[in-house]
Amino acid sequence: MNEWKTLCALEDIPRLGSRVVNTANGDIALFRTGDDRVFALDDRCPHKGGPLSQGIVAGERVTCPLHGWLVELASGHAVAPDQGCVKRHEARVDAGKVLIRLA
Amino acid sequence: MKKQKLVVIGNGMAGIRTVEELLKLAPDLYDITVFGAEPHGNYNRILLSPVLAGEMALPDIVLNDFAWYKDNGIVLHAGRQVTRIDRIARKVTADDGTVADYDRLLLATGSTPFILPIPGSDLSGVIAYRNIADTEAMIAAATAHQHAVVIGAGLLGLEAANGLKRRGMEVTVVQFADWIMERQLDKPAADLLQASLEARGLRFLLGKQSEALLANNGRVCAVRLKDGMEIAADLVVMAAGIRPNTQLAEAANLYCHRGIVVSDTMQTYDPKIYAVGECVNHRGTVYGLVAPLFEQAKVCANHLANFGIGRYVGSSVSTKLKVTGIDVFSAGEFLGGKNTEEIVLNDRAGGVYKKLVIAGDRLSGAVLVGDTTDGAWYFRLIKDQTPIAELRDRLMFGEGSLGDSGHAHGRNAATMADTAEVCGCNGVCKGTIVKAIRQHGLFTIDEVRKHTKASSSCGSCTGLVEQILASTIGGAYKPASSADKPLCACTDYPHAAVRQTIRAQKLLTIDAVMHFLEWRTPNGCATCRPALNYYLISTWPGEAQDDPQSRYINERAHANIQKDGTFSVVPRMWGGLTTPDELRRIADVAEKYRVPTLKVTGGQRIDLLGIRKQDLPGVWQDLGMPSGHAYGKSIRTVKTCVGAEHCRFGTQKSMAMGVALEKMLFGMWSPHKVKLAVSGCPRNCAECGIKDVGVIGIDSGWEIHVAGNGGIKTEVAQFLCKVDSDAQVKEYSGAFLQLYREEGFYLERTVHYVQRVGLDYVKQRIVEDGASRCALYERLLDVLKDAADPWTERVSGPAKREFEALTA
Repeated sequence: MNEWKTLCALEDIPRLGSRVVNTANGDIALFRTGDDRVFALDDRCPHKGGPLSQGIVAGERVTCPLHGWLVELASGHAVAPDQGCVKRHEARVDAGKVLIRLA
Repeated sequence: MKKQKLVVIGNGMAGIRTVEELLKLAPDLYDITVFGAEPHGNYNRILLSPVLAGEMALPDIVLNDFAWYKDNGIVLHAGRQVTRIDRIARKVTADDGTVADYDRLLLATGSTPFILPIPGSDLSGVIAYRNIADTEAMIAAATAHQHAVVIGAGLLGLEAANGLKRRGMEVTVVQFADWIMERQLDKPAADLLQASLEARGLRFLLGKQSEALLANNGRVCAVRLKDGMEIAADLVVMAAGIRPNTQLAEAANLYCHRGIVVSDTMQTYDPKIYAVGECVNHRGTVYGLVAPLFEQAKVCANHLANFGIGRYVGSSVSTKLKVTGIDVFSAGEFLGGKNTEEIVLNDRAGGVYKKLVIAGDRLSGAVLVGDTTDGAWYFRLIKDQTPIAELRDRLMFGEGSLGDSGHAHGRNAATMADTAEVCGCNGVCKGTIVKAIRQHGLFTIDEVRKHTKASSSCGSCTGLVEQILASTIGGAYKPASSADKPLCACTDYPHAAVRQTIRAQKLLTIDAVMHFLEWRTPNGCATCRPALNYYLISTWPGEAQDDPQSRYINERAHANIQKDGTFSVVPRMWGGLTTPDELRRIADVAEKYRVPTLKVTGGQRIDLLGIRKQDLPGVWQDLGMPSGHAYGKSIRTVKTCVGAEHCRFGTQKSMAMGVALEKMLFGMWSPHKVKLAVSGCPRNCAECGIKDVGVIGIDSGWEIHVAGNGGIKTEVAQFLCKVDSDAQVKEYSGAFLQLYREEGFYLERTVHYVQRVGLDYVKQRIVEDGASRCALYERLLDVLKDAADPWTERVSGPAKREFEALTA
């Protein structure tokens, strides 16, 4: 099991926005919702690999910038009727800092 | 809190659609009880004809099975007919004694077929055509008997006749009027349709009245007409019209007059009792087609949910005959009259008849037989009351004649093979769409887009997908009217209402708009947020703050995202002019950042493709050129020809004019992208005819053309006016673009904006009314006076994070 790592301050991610996290196993998209929760998904849309980090965040979903697929931030599942799933990582906010545990 | 009780009488399409709409708005407001006279769940009554014709099976047409009622906590009393409403005790009683209390009651009792009051109408073998039981009786009769007579040649009668013929019976249609479908077709159209039905073996007796049904051993054996003629008949189908079911309401002393009379909020004279569907008389009209019922359902649900907004103001209806292989469409005032004109195409040998009825410069009705390709388009023109003066010469030849890229093949949905590709962007063929519509019970173009992706990209196949939808589900399809289409699924308000509210209420933030207009989602979606952001900054410049998180990535990163996640960079070259120094810097950047592809664009500049996002700030700095905004809903380029500076034909200095326009418009955000062109003489080498604003030099000045388009749908720009000076070119063009900025809907190109408001209106605001023009022009200049360049304005502060990655 990987360890929790501190990435940045919550304020470093725009509200309803995201940041890209470079890792040894590829990029991760780190999202911040309107109510300041954070989620982390592999930065690859299950459809055609689009960078989800560049999408528009609304509620608990992100819209892929390439072809408009909707992906659930909490589960990584594409919203029906589309089908597909992207790997998720644990992320949380602690004392204003954003932590991540790679899956 | 104890839940209120809602009782629904009628388990058909109108009643259950209302319940579905209500559950979407307020899932927990009511305990819902539904009474239905038939022992089934809700099914798609419209598709009984394909069932009768043997093209579909009963399970295919179920919309809500019993599990649906259970899952939604709805008590369904199927097969129980309500016999009494007690308005004082607020309860209803069914024929088996079941009693249910209500706080609010919804009547959706539908209609019953009109049975001609002639001797023998109660014989065995005489049936109406209304429900599953009737359909099953007809199917059974077709296996045991030979001769069928259908009385009435309306929509239902013809579908019944066709179905029985397909099942092997000899069918005769008897009709009192002189031609078939007299409520929907004029005589030439009806004759053509009759000929094609006769070619399938149906027999018609027109202008004949039935007098009696004769019996043999208790079963009907013949129909006798007033003129004495007798026709053998083992099965008689009464399809002479329907009557609203109002007995129950009348017994409860609710005001009825040719239907249960309701207000615009779908309330009867008892405000606790609502009514929707075929049993209703709204503003003097009783609707028998399903599309209006769905509109009523939506309004009714809104009021049941205590939202209290939305009025039903009546529907325009269109008709489509569901006889496979025969296309018939009719809509609006198709007969014409004193103050109308007609355009008619009548090709009897080819089996095509089209009549368009025009009142003033609006389309008011249409009848199509044999080729209904453009039915949905005509219907939209009728509903939206679109000015057609500019289209008139091509109107008869259909939407396809207006130019549609990528759809030169296959314009007729009915004759397309299942394997034919419909959506060229997403590779979706007709069979896939039809299957999805049937399997998932889709009713709207949006649902088809979600399930199949067809028409979800460039949208140029929308008309074709609409046709497929219309021919698959028949009358249940209602083409969306652009006027009342909600902005997105987060709201019921259309663009116009949202724009207007932002101005009237002086709303300055996206949150304020969503709060004021009661958005259904906490942060909207990727469709509404960019639209709201644009409306705010264009309505309240300097006051509303731009929200980068509500912009599409291209506008947030000021570069164009590519399929592999890299970006493309297009520096601005004013009027398509450049210098050795700029070219050198572009070459240097291309080498330094190993740019894989360099391309000259159609907008007369250079595109550097394949740049990683984190390199963007460095690329911009090294280029030292302003942004070309090649990524934005904004001013893109001003294309120019060489003009009088060098060209031996040139009459005006088009390059200088182009540069001046481009500098004036720099940094302008707009509802959609905006492209200009300036040509130095009427040879028009800069292709002004397909630009949002095209300026053409003539010896005595300039001509200004507007609302051209070179993309999905090629549209030639329309002549706005002629001006004398360069200063006037800037003023008129600027004023036109500001008008578009203030009134256009988000993602509406100038061509569609001008189509919507009419060129006359634009001319009035820009050409005739000098004060209006000056005011618009001043507002534009005011917005643009301190437009900064997003590239040279060094990326700093929080915005810088956009381009920096974290590491883990």
